[in-house]
Amino acid sequence: MEKQLKILKYSDLSKLIEKFRSQGFPVLAPVRKGKVVEIEQVQSLDEIALDVLLSTQSAKKAAFPKVEKVLEYTLEKSGTKQFPVDPADYKETILFGVRPCDASGFKSLDAIFGEEPKDQFYLEKKGKSTIISFSCPVADEYCFCTSVGGGPGNTAGSDLQFTGISKDEILVEILTEKGEKLAATFSDLLTDAGKDIDKSKFLADVKVVFDVDGVVEKTTASFNNTALWLEQSLRCIGCGACAFVCPTCACFDFQDEQNTKKGVRLRLWDSCGFSLFTLHTSGHNPREVQSQRWRQRIMHKFAYMPEQLHVVGCEGCGRCSRACPVDMNIKEHLTAIAQI
Amino acid sequence: MEQQNIYQPYLMEIEKITEEAPMVKTFRLKFKNEEEGNNFSFHTGQFGEYSVFGEGEVTFCVASPHTRKGYIECTFREAGRVTSELASLNEGDTIGFRGPYGNIFPIDDWKGKSLLFIAGGIALPPMRSVIWSCLDKRDQFKDITILYGAKSVADLVYKDELAEWKERPDVRLVTTVDPGGETPDWKGEVGFVPTILDRMTPISENTIAIVCGPPVMIKFTFPILEKYGFADEQVYTTLENRMKCGLGKCGRCNVGKVFVCKDGPVFTRTQLKELPDEY
Repeated sequence: MEKQLKILKYSDLSKLIEKFRSQGFPVLAPVRKGKVVEIEQVQSLDEIALDVLLSTQSAKKAAFPKVEKVLEYTLEKSGTKQFPVDPADYKETILFGVRPCDASGFKSLDAIFGEEPKDQFYLEKKGKSTIISFSCPVADEYCFCTSVGGGPGNTAGSDLQFTGISKDEILVEILTEKGEKLAATFSDLLTDAGKDIDKSKFLADVKVVFDVDGVVEKTTASFNNTALWLEQSLRCIGCGACAFVCPTCACFDFQDEQNTKKGVRLRLWDSCGFSLFTLHTSGHNPREVQSQRWRQRIMHKFAYMPEQLHVVGCEGCGRCSRACPVDMNIKEHLTAIAQI
Repeated sequence: MEQQNIYQPYLMEIEKITEEAPMVKTFRLKFKNEEEGNNFSFHTGQFGEYSVFGEGEVTFCVASPHTRKGYIECTFREAGRVTSELASLNEGDTIGFRGPYGNIFPIDDWKGKSLLFIAGGIALPPMRSVIWSCLDKRDQFKDITILYGAKSVADLVYKDELAEWKERPDVRLVTTVDPGGETPDWKGEVGFVPTILDRMTPISENTIAIVCGPPVMIKFTFPILEKYGFADEQVYTTLENRMKCGLGKCGRCNVGKVFVCKDGPVFTRTQLKELPDEY
């Protein structure tokens, strides 16, 4: 659909959240929790941390939660019975105040979970989420969205995008039919915007540091470049923090929990950085050392996904670098690969 | 409409348990829901995720042939957490099964050829499905030779079937045990599988070789096949990597860009040579 431009007053944001709440939509937004900023359900505007650059974790949990139930069963004398967990059992949700890199991060997850056979747990939740992203007026040294095809005002994956254009006014871009449907519920707060608003004036300046096609090409050719992977991962302690904050990481594990009568099977986030991830029962491990696990992380995102799913598995949000306890910086590592 | 939950297993009743070897059992599994059983089909080479509720899932091939309907079988060694729990179950108990997953042995392409099966230890089960699927269509193939080795006589699995194959005039079966693994009345060969294969001087012409076994056996068997003129396209094997979903999503079984669960587990040696060393 053709993009529509509207103006919303900052002073009406609070009413906007109230409207969403009164219609019964759960609203997920960045919330300060001590030193971290989580994406959580909010009741009102004053809970939302709109001033932070990025939430500590990405917005992916709206459709791919850290822990989710995929099976329920009872253990009975007459035999085990299982109950379907109905993936259709989810509510229309609004994801509010996330960044463009969060919104576009869903395209990697869409590709993985949308591939046959389709994962309805993800698709149902994603399908029922309307994403209102806020463009970025500032960026920091970890950001490199423009190097991987995104940008501080990138609208890919967003249904609506808000950009502050003055002290009082927000430019509202209505980008999808889902966004249009939601915007209709607060049309009384919107006024028409002139067509000539140059959004780019209000966005952060994020310099392109490498050519993503070059990184994809060189990563694809570097599987056997042992020295490269070793050098880049010497510091890596395999903690998996990078995967847990990443908007595109989708690897998961299953675990059962039960008492004597009933149980559940849970799907949980996992990470290719963990040494147990690929360990065979025999003791053999195809990715025995950390450099092989780091290679998998980079190659999955920059070689395998582009080739097989036609999407680069990185949004340049830099969360992995911010979260890394040993200060590995993916922007620097990718720049190094580009320069091979 | 209720959406399909791709992680929901079929409920299976353990119909029969056979003790194959120390720590090795075969389960014959029947679908608890008859309609699901009637609609179920698979092809030889495919695998599934077997679950013990409360412990989790474990990946094995379907060890029974696809030509036999109404049940599936799996053979496993008690090794980890889930297999240990599985081994403690009794006939009549319920487990879960998701599948079939993965690609297949293209036995229809092998019509008119001779087949040479080479298996070691607990790797006979995936091959047993192929062997019976071919034996059930015996007239479509020329010579069928089976070379099977295990550490010791006790470790040989499917002893009844080995005896049956030994009796068949249309099958040549060679069994061997590692040096020191023989018993006084052992009538088979003594020696490692590659050594025995070399002694058998296999004929590569119009022959397909199917090799399943521990990595070290495979490593030393391939050069012997090469020595007797087997081209890479004539040699098939299966890969096994740790899996969770079996559907190409959970991200752990890949070898380079290839998912063992989706693109495998069956590979020709030509395909294997293109894969990076990550298995």
